[in-house]
Amino acid sequence: MNAVAAGLVSLCVGLPLAAPVQAEPVNGPVNGDAERGEAEFRNCIQCHKTGPGTGHGIGPNLHDVVGRRAGALGDFRYSRALVAAGGLGLQWTADALNAFIANPREKVPGNRMSFRGVDDPQKRADLVAFLATLTGEAQARAVAAPEDADGPATEIGAAAMAIEGDPAYGEYLAAECLTCHQATGEADGIPGIVGWDRKSFIRALFEYKTNVRTHQVMQLMTTNLGDEEIAALAAYFETLDAQ
Amino acid sequence: MRGMNRRTFGLMAGAASMTLAAPMIARAQTKPRVVVIGGGSGGATAARYIAQDSENAIDVTLVEMNREYTTCYFSNLYFGDFRTFESITHNYDRLASGYGVTMAFAMATGIDRDAKTVALSDGSSVPYDKLIISPGIDLVYDSVDGYSKEVEGDIPHSWKPGEQTRIMKAQLDALEDGQNIVMVAPPNPYRCPPGPYERISMFAHLLKSKGFSQSSITVLDPKPKFSKQGLFQAGWEQHYPGMVEWLGPDVHGGIKGIDPSTKTVMTDLDDFEANMLTVIPKQKAGAIATDSGLANDTGFCPIDPYTMKAQGDNDIYILGDATIAGDMPKSGFSANSQAKVAAMSVRHELLDSRMFPARYSNTCWSLIATDDGVKVGAQYSPTDEKIASTSSFISQNGESAEVRKATYEESLGWYKGITTDMFGTT
Repeated sequence: MNAVAAGLVSLCVGLPLAAPVQAEPVNGPVNGDAERGEAEFRNCIQCHKTGPGTGHGIGPNLHDVVGRRAGALGDFRYSRALVAAGGLGLQWTADALNAFIANPREKVPGNRMSFRGVDDPQKRADLVAFLATLTGEAQARAVAAPEDADGPATEIGAAAMAIEGDPAYGEYLAAECLTCHQATGEADGIPGIVGWDRKSFIRALFEYKTNVRTHQVMQLMTTNLGDEEIAALAAYFETLDAQ
Repeated sequence: MRGMNRRTFGLMAGAASMTLAAPMIARAQTKPRVVVIGGGSGGATAARYIAQDSENAIDVTLVEMNREYTTCYFSNLYFGDFRTFESITHNYDRLASGYGVTMAFAMATGIDRDAKTVALSDGSSVPYDKLIISPGIDLVYDSVDGYSKEVEGDIPHSWKPGEQTRIMKAQLDALEDGQNIVMVAPPNPYRCPPGPYERISMFAHLLKSKGFSQSSITVLDPKPKFSKQGLFQAGWEQHYPGMVEWLGPDVHGGIKGIDPSTKTVMTDLDDFEANMLTVIPKQKAGAIATDSGLANDTGFCPIDPYTMKAQGDNDIYILGDATIAGDMPKSGFSANSQAKVAAMSVRHELLDSRMFPARYSNTCWSLIATDDGVKVGAQYSPTDEKIASTSSFISQNGESAEVRKATYEESLGWYKGITTDMFGTT
């Protein structure tokens, strides 16, 4: 654990969460507010879990992320780009996280995080301040992942989850996805969808289908995907390795 | 088996006489052979998917005239200085090295549908078990009186990418404030329905970004309405007030023709003289499809909606802009989508791989101004009558700047996606 992370642990144990954390090198220091950051982080929970030992979502678990080497979790399938960046010494210091959140594609080109970035320096500082609390005993504050909530999307998705997907059918259906989503898993303005776990994949498609997620193209694409089709797609994409 | 007609007889005679000069490739051949004519969105995709998914069990030859391929889509963004020419130009290296596709850089000059061979401009001939034709469009120059291939260097259409794209860009860049552009828009059906209007938007963007205040752009359209009309017209009003004028037939009364020497368009209403004139004429299926008797009197090729097979020939598939694809527009996205259905059908017939129900989709993104992207899309299913639209969407006027910017960024992702899908990954 480095000095920043160590300081942050004592911070969240001993001080109220609203205590400021300095984390903005780009346009001069901006004080982050972990409580505001927690609220902002609600945009991230579709992909990132935060509790220790709760596994990964579409993105890696962010517990203890501050101070960690990039691409370091052995049980998460990172993009090659992120593993390489970690190998070259990228460490998730508060500054590095801040720069990454500002523009993930610029900071680590070729990574698969399907997020265009946060422009507002204050919001970034708040997020980093919140991430810094995700350590040790702070696990109790971890934001609930969406699958813990009961919702119609979960129920409908359950039917597809129960089907053993036909990867050959999935491969044919997937060709329709690959017009936009690259088979390498690379995200350039359109999310990478390679290497997702089955549950996240199925849930995402049902959320488009039931208008929980709103995106015109994806809502259109899912209109004539039934349980069998969605299960087949999930089975196929799960087999692809991200590059 | 179809009977011989005059056309194929002529082609066979041609093939026979050619045999003397250039003997047909007659190596021992055990693998089934697929020949694909045309290396664009339909043809490149089909070649790649057949080669990839058959895992080398099918011998795939892609016949393409050009060693480099410039996409039509995003060529408008090149006019607006959002893309470089290089960034919209691709090659076939990965199709050959990564997927084992045999490239034949030549023009397909004839198809012998009975002998099942394709004659190439280099004098050779390639046999096929299944043939996929994705020839794109040919222009009917004289559909606009006075327009011809001879004047396209001076009055570009730029509706086929490459040299024409560069000519148009050079003319645009040479314009001075106060000089005007006139476009004669094409009649339906034509390649890329929103294309002419995205192009107008990019012309306007370029002139505005140079600080021009006196120049104008006039569109003379033979159609009473056009794709994404409400979105484009609102965008022109918002970003380029007073610069763009669109005139439909109820205003100009009919386009009588052009005078190439003065770059003037004559209509019933008035004569429009231009500093820069562009004419996008009527279109028809690429010559190889027409010459092989695969087009009907519309100039385009009817297909079987379930497989993309040519009607009346079980071993020929036709893709993309050359086809009558029911409700699908003529777009690169459509051709790419159709190619996947054809590729599946080809593998099914040659290797007995599984056949799934055909699915088709399309989305067309257009850029109106910086970070102001719009889109229209639909899904389609085959019916006995045609490829029919089952659901669709279109961007709305009044969307937030954030939504429009996201739509534009998505289009960048799509461009990367589809060109990777066509030409393969490294």
